[in-house]
Amino acid sequence: MEDVEAIRTAAQDRHDTGRLASFLRQLGKDPLGILGAILVVAMVATALLAPLIITHDPTRIMVGPRLAPPSLDFLMGTDQLGRDTFSRVIMGGRIALLVAFASLGSSLTVGLLLGLIAGFGPRWLDSFLLLVFDTVRSFPVIIFALAIVALLGPSLTSVIFVVAVTSVPIYARVVRTQAHALRNSEFVEAERCMGASTLRILAVHVLPNVIGPLLILVSMDVPLVITLEAGLSFLGMGVRPPTPDWGAILSDGYGYIHKTAWLVIAGGIPIVVTTLGFTFLGEALRDIFDPKLRKDL
Amino acid sequence: MSPLLSVRDLRVRFRTMGPLKALATGVRQPFIDAVCGVSFELRKGETLGLVGESGSGKSTVARAIMGLRPPTSGSIAFEGQEITGLSPAERKLYLRRMAMMFQDPIGSLSPRLTVRSLLMEPFHIHGMKDRDAATEADRLLGLVGLPADFGRRYPHQLSGGQARRVGVARALALDPNLIVADEPTAGLDVSVQGEVLNLLARLQDQLGIAILIITHNLNVVRHITDRMAIMYLGRFVEVGPTEHIFRQPRHPYTEALLSANPEPDPDAVIDRIEIKGEVPSLLKRPSGCEFHTRCRYAREMCAKVFPEPSQSGSDPAHSFKCHFPLEGRWQRAERSLVSPTV
Repeated sequence: MEDVEAIRTAAQDRHDTGRLASFLRQLGKDPLGILGAILVVAMVATALLAPLIITHDPTRIMVGPRLAPPSLDFLMGTDQLGRDTFSRVIMGGRIALLVAFASLGSSLTVGLLLGLIAGFGPRWLDSFLLLVFDTVRSFPVIIFALAIVALLGPSLTSVIFVVAVTSVPIYARVVRTQAHALRNSEFVEAERCMGASTLRILAVHVLPNVIGPLLILVSMDVPLVITLEAGLSFLGMGVRPPTPDWGAILSDGYGYIHKTAWLVIAGGIPIVVTTLGFTFLGEALRDIFDPKLRKDL
Repeated sequence: MSPLLSVRDLRVRFRTMGPLKALATGVRQPFIDAVCGVSFELRKGETLGLVGESGSGKSTVARAIMGLRPPTSGSIAFEGQEITGLSPAERKLYLRRMAMMFQDPIGSLSPRLTVRSLLMEPFHIHGMKDRDAATEADRLLGLVGLPADFGRRYPHQLSGGQARRVGVARALALDPNLIVADEPTAGLDVSVQGEVLNLLARLQDQLGIAILIITHNLNVVRHITDRMAIMYLGRFVEVGPTEHIFRQPRHPYTEALLSANPEPDPDAVIDRIEIKGEVPSLLKRPSGCEFHTRCRYAREMCAKVFPEPSQSGSDPAHSFKCHFPLEGRWQRAERSLVSPTV
């Protein structure tokens, strides 16, 4: 019953007097939340407007000297091939967000669907799906990633696939638990008594009650995905050169760290900033919508 | 005239443990019968009250009628048509003509929907267009005496009484012939209880709806029902016209229940009959008359022979299952009925 209560409290918070206004007011009380929101907005805006911001073609070799320190022309210096690091970092943000949104978007959809099926379906299907979720979850992500890359080859698609598959069970479990709690609630039975189909009950009455907590979880997973993508690219299993990518920049910089530290700094800072931004924002959202939902679910 | 609702020998059985566990622990009957051989009829425009302790199977009867729990055996006929074992599509057709009100006034309203969308739900489910449904929703709000601007509120912004009115409005939406009300007064203070009951009674008069009301509030039963049935361990132990039962209960369990009812008159002589012991477990039903373990009149025969239903001499509609039914007018009932002398 605790879940139902939690959902109900979350629902109340959301619906009290002018949703957006009260939401912003609550967010305003949390300085870290504001910082997170600013960072996230800045990050997304930069990624969207990237072609307007960059000063050089990010993939063009020898636009300047090799491994140059920052200057007015090359804001973050250049890499070992003489490419402009600033432009590469800015364009790299697009890859990071693309991977995050594509993989989390698909795992959110699949997780939601499977979770609802497990929560509302027959018991044997529930047990079977739980078994599948736990099996997938017991796989170490990196090992799974290695296997997929070996199978499909290193590419953006592989990274997105790995992230999507490994996060489905987490979301599906959250949805399943809440759908299960709602299944026998009086308002769902009341709908049944009016002759509502299961599909209608799920779409109109269950979905709105599970989507909130789920979105919080997802927003907190964005930084994890971005670091994972960077990590895989660092290991050479993600994005192929010459595509600009934070992990790849880090990896390049690692090789020349004795000559210049600028590359590592340029590749590392955006990862740190994005991670912090999404984490702060996610935690603030969680505190606003659902104080009971912790990461230790 | 054929009855609106006819329940014959209804049995609802629940499994208490998985088949493997039952096998391992050697339990041969891993079931309980929450409802056991219940039969009754409900005529158009009539109100029947189901009374009994918690766990006596009252709600399960209601849920079986609404198709939320498939009966294990027995038949339920609504408007002359058998309604057990129907497909969802067929069930939808008869659910149009009956409605249920649930115990929790706020919890039975979908929390993310406004009152207006909640009232439009039944129409949407049964395929009415948006604009017509909105008109209907406003009409229903007026019918139960809520101002039109309540349509924009969410369930958690309503008081218990207001939410209950929304529940009544929703139950009335599709012009049902039968309303099943599970504890419609639970959690409401007495004045609001009265309002809700009067509202139900008024609408029943106007619309000719039959009501099956489940409650353990005997004052409610006396106030609005025509007939009442007393349940014990999933069986009817006594059925009959409400006034008749209040005046002359024949089953000792009924007598004890009635005596436990709070008396508004502070000077009334309260002759409360305490029921001994706990409600027996449904897993181990007592032999013979199932009430004999707690009955103060129990004799040797009661533990051995299951009592068949017998009719009251003065009113054949009044039947009970007891070997040694109570005789004569019941003391306290008479007092509160006849002598309000102070």
